[in-house]
Amino acid sequence: MQQQMQQSFETNVDENLLLDCMRCGFCLPSCPTYLHTEQDEAQSPRGRIALMKAVRDGIVPFDASVEKSFDLCLGCRACEPACPAGVQYGALIEQTREAVQEVKHSSFLEKTTRTIVFNNLFVKQKNMEHAVSLLHFYQKTGMQKAVRKIGFLNLFPKHLKTMEASLPPVAKKIQPLKQVKTAAMKVAFFTGCLMDTLYKETNDKTVSLLQMLGVDVIIPDNQNCCGALHGHSGELKRGKQNLILNVELFDSDDYTYIVNNAGGCGAFLKEYEKHLHSDERYREKAIRFSKKTIDISSLLVKAGLLDYLATLPQQANQTLVTYQDSCHLRNVNKVFNEPRMILQALPNVHFKELQNAHTCCGSAGIYNLLQPALAGDILDAKMATIKALQPTVIVTANPGCLLQIQAGIHKAKLEVSMRATHIVDFIYNSIAKYSKIS
Amino acid sequence: MNKTVIEKITHIVGEKYVKSSTAQLLAYSYDATANFQRLPDLVISPGNAEEIAEVLKVCSEYKISIIPRGSGTNLAAGTVPYEGGIVILFNRMDQILNFDKENLTITVQPGIISENLCTFVESHGLFYPPDPSSMRISTIGGNVSENSGGLRGLKYGVTKDYVKGLQVVLPNGDILETGGKLAKDVAGYDLTSLFVGAEGTLGVVTAITLKLIPLPQYKMTSIAYFESLEDAARTVSSIIANKIIPVTLEFLDKKTIIAVEQYMRIGLSTDVEAMLLLEQDGEMYQVEQDVNEMVRIAKDNGALFTQIAKDAQEAEQIKIARRVALSALAKLKPTVILEDATVPRSELAKMVMSINDISEKYMVNIATFGHAGDGNLHPTCLTDLRDEDEMQRVEAAFEEIFEAALTLGGTITGEHGVGEMKAPYLEWKIGPVGITVMKNIKQAFDPNNIMNPGKVFAKETKKRVVVDGGN
Ligand SMILES: Cc1cc2nc3c(=O)[nH]c(=O)nc-3n(C[C@H](O)[C@H](O)[C@H](O)COP(=O)(O)OP(=O)(O)OC[C@H]3O[C@@H](n4cnc5c(N)ncnc54)[C@H](O)[C@@H]3O)c2cc1C
Ligand code: SF4
Ligand code: SF4
Repeated sequence: MQQQMQQSFETNVDENLLLDCMRCGFCLPSCPTYLHTEQDEAQSPRGRIALMKAVRDGIVPFDASVEKSFDLCLGCRACEPACPAGVQYGALIEQTREAVQEVKHSSFLEKTTRTIVFNNLFVKQKNMEHAVSLLHFYQKTGMQKAVRKIGFLNLFPKHLKTMEASLPPVAKKIQPLKQVKTAAMKVAFFTGCLMDTLYKETNDKTVSLLQMLGVDVIIPDNQNCCGALHGHSGELKRGKQNLILNVELFDSDDYTYIVNNAGGCGAFLKEYEKHLHSDERYREKAIRFSKKTIDISSLLVKAGLLDYLATLPQQANQTLVTYQDSCHLRNVNKVFNEPRMILQALPNVHFKELQNAHTCCGSAGIYNLLQPALAGDILDAKMATIKALQPTVIVTANPGCLLQIQAGIHKAKLEVSMRATHIVDFIYNSIAKYSKIS
Repeated sequence: MNKTVIEKITHIVGEKYVKSSTAQLLAYSYDATANFQRLPDLVISPGNAEEIAEVLKVCSEYKISIIPRGSGTNLAAGTVPYEGGIVILFNRMDQILNFDKENLTITVQPGIISENLCTFVESHGLFYPPDPSSMRISTIGGNVSENSGGLRGLKYGVTKDYVKGLQVVLPNGDILETGGKLAKDVAGYDLTSLFVGAEGTLGVVTAITLKLIPLPQYKMTSIAYFESLEDAARTVSSIIANKIIPVTLEFLDKKTIIAVEQYMRIGLSTDVEAMLLLEQDGEMYQVEQDVNEMVRIAKDNGALFTQIAKDAQEAEQIKIARRVALSALAKLKPTVILEDATVPRSELAKMVMSINDISEKYMVNIATFGHAGDGNLHPTCLTDLRDEDEMQRVEAAFEEIFEAALTLGGTITGEHGVGEMKAPYLEWKIGPVGITVMKNIKQAFDPNNIMNPGKVFAKETKKRVVVDGGN
C-alpha cells in the first residue's frame, strides 16, 4: 500500500504548489489545530505541507500519524491569508485527500458517515429534501423524542445528536417585504442544499430582502449540490459532475450575479474556475460562473441596503449583537466587512466585535462529525470568548457555523440568554418590523 | 534511540510532552532553510529548567544530541538535526517571569513569541526594539541564540544590545545564571555575550532578562528612487555623514522592485535601479527635521523621485514594498535561497555591483534587498532545487559572494547565523586562530559535543575561491 500511496500522491498532489512553501512558519499562529494541540507542528499548515511532500517523495511512510495530521485539518484556510508566499493550501489539502481517498478504504465510522453524506444526501438535492422532510414529519408529529433514540439521526455518529437538538423548526411561510428601492439588477440565486432544505425559510427571506431592494431574482430549477463537501473530503471526483451541471445550468447572460447565502458553498463556487481549469469544455463557463458568484451580504450592500437602513429611525431598545466569521467567506472570498457594515447599520443593533471572530468554530463542513474531540475543544474555546462578550445574538453566515454555534450554546446551557442566527434571518427580522407588508 | 533513554526522558518530562510519531518527527526535521532536512529521534516539550537539566544529564551520559528549537524560522539550518537526537521545544516555556518598570527590564522564558513580547511592553509605553521580519512567529530564545537583527538595527542595535542576563542549562546539567538587571556589572567574563548568538551549541537558554527603553512617540516614513546604485549608496553614506541615524534605512534593487510591482501592482516605478526606504522616530520636531534633511540629501545625490508619507496609513503603504520583498521574490521560482552577506556601509554600492556581476557570471538569478544602513544585504537567489546543474552554480555563486564580502571587509553572515549551512565558510571569516579559540570554548562547555552538533563548526572548511582582484 505504501508504494500505491506514494504514487497516488505523485499523481494527485501538485509538486509546484508544494514547492511554493518556503517554510517560514508565518502561518502557524493562524492555524486553530496548531494552537489547540499545544503547538504541535505536525498539526500546522507548514507541517502538513512538509508531510505531503515527504509522503510524495517517499521520505516517510503514510502511517496512522500522517493520516491523522491530514484528517485533523479543518480546511478553514486561515493559513492562506497569513501566508506571505501565497501558498494555495486549500488546493493542496483537497489534492491530498483525493490521493488518500483513492487508495485507502475509509474507516468504519467515517465510511458510514461518508456513505450517507456523499452517496445519499449530497448527490442530489432531492435526497436531501427527502431526508429532511422525514425529519420534519417527525418533529411535526411530536415524535422528535423517539427520533433521537432510534431515528434518522442515529445513522450519524453520536455527537450529531447535540446538533440535532438545535435543528431549526419546520419552515414557516414568510411575509414578503415591501419594495423600497429600485436597484436595477438581475441575479440568479444558488440555493444550496442545506439551505434549501433545513433552512428553507432563510432562503425565502434572502429572496425577499433582494426583492425589497428591487433586485430581480431568478431561481433556476434543478440545481445541484455545490460539491464543497466532496471537495473537502477527497471526493472531488465523485463531486465533479455537480460542478459541471451547475456551470451549465447557470451559464446565462440574463443575470449579473449568482448569489448564495452559505459561506462554505460560496467559497467553493468561487473556485469552480480552478477545479474545472484543466477541462477545456467547461473552463470558460467555469470562469464566467466563478466571476459572477457573490455572497448575500456583499450583494445587499451593492444593491443599496445601507442607504435604506440609514433612513430607518434608531431604536431605543438595542440588542447586543456580534458576528462570527465563516472561515471560507473570510479566507477565500475575503468578505468580512460587509456583514459587519450591515449589522452596524441596523436600527435595533448594538454591535460588538467578538474577540477572535475570525477563527474557526470547529464546524468545518463535516469535520465536527469526523473529528468530534478536537472540534469540541475548538468550540469550547469559541464559546469562552462568546461568554466573555455576553451577546444576545450571534450572527453567522453559513449553515455549518450556525449549527455549530447553536450546539455550543446548547452544550453551555446558555439558551436562555443568547441565540445564534443566520445573517439573512437577522436582517430580515430586523427590517420586517418597519416594512408594511406589500 | 535506545529504549532506556526514551523511558528515562519520558519519565522526566511526562508522556504527554514526548512526541515520537512519524508525522511529528517529520514535522521537526526542517526549518526555514531550503534543502536541509533530517529527522530527529524524539521531540520533547519540557516545562522548566530543572527538567531540562535532568534531560541533559541523561543525554550526556548516553551521548545523545540535543537540538533546541524555537519556531524553526532560522535560515542557516540551525535546527535541522545533524544525526538524530532530541529536539527540545519551548512551547510550554513562554511566560513573562518578571516585568520591572523601575529598572526597565523584562525577564521572559525563551518560548515567548517575539511580537507578543513587543506588544506587551508597548502597551506599557516601553520599547523592545529588535524586530526581525519573522517576529510574528519567531521566539525570543531563537532571537537571542541567533543574535537576530531587524529593520530598526541601524539606530537601536540588534538583540545582543538588549540582553542583560540569562539562565542557561549546561550540558552537564548545571544551571548557570549570567548578568542580571544591573546597568553596570563587570564581575568576571561577560558570559551573557557568549551565549548570545551561540545557536544552541553551548547550552539551553531557559530565561532571558532584556533591557527596555521608552517608546518613541512619533515616526515618519519616506521613500526615494534612484537611477543608479551609486546614487543610492552615496545617499546612505551622506545621511550618516550628516550625523543622522535613521531608525530604518532599507534598500531594494531593480529586480526586487519589479518582483514587488508584479506581485502587488502598487504603482512602483520599475525603470529605476534602486529604492531606499527611510524612517525616523523620536520627538516630533526632530523627526520632521531629520526626514526633511534625508530627503534633501537623497535629492542632492540624484534621487529621481521622493515621497514623504502624510500619515501612518500612507507610511504603511510605502513600507509595503520592503515588507513583501521576500514573498514577492519567492513567488517567482520554486526555491528561494536568502543570504545575508554584510559589508561596511561605505562599501554598499561595490557589494551590490559585485553581486550583480557574480549573478551574471554563473547565470543565476539573484535579486538584492536589505538593511542598507547596516550594510547588511540579502542577496536572494531564485532557483529550483530540482535543477542540479543550476544548484551547483548557485552554490558557486554564493561562495563567490561570501568571498567578495570578506574582501570588502565584511562578513559571511550579518544576522542569520552560521548553523550547518554556513559552517564550511566560518573559517574564511574568523581564520584558523578564531576557529581554534571557538572550538576550545565549545570543548569547555560541551566536552561530549551533544549540544546541537554539526552546527557552527564544519567537518571540513570549503576551499576559498580566488576572486579577481581579491587577496
Ligand atoms: C521570512 C523570514 C524573515 C526573517 N527575517 C529576519 C530578520 O529580519 N532578521 C534576522 O536576524 N533574522 C531573520 N530571520 C531568521 C530567523 O527568523 C531568526 O534567526 C529568528 O531569531 C529565529 O527564531 P526561532 O524562534 O525561529 O528560532 P529557531 O529557528 O527555532 O532556532 C534558531 C537557533 O537558536 C537555537 N535556539 C532556539 N531556542 C534556543 C534556546 N532556548 N536555547 C538555546 N538555543 C536555542 C536553535 O538551536 C537554533 O540554532 C527571518 C526568517 C524568515 C523565515
Ligand atoms: S506561511 Fe506559507 S510559505 Fe510560510 S510556512 Fe506557511 S504555507 Fe509555507
Ligand atoms: S486549513 Fe485551517 S486547520 Fe488546516 S492547516 Fe490551514 S489553518 Fe490549519
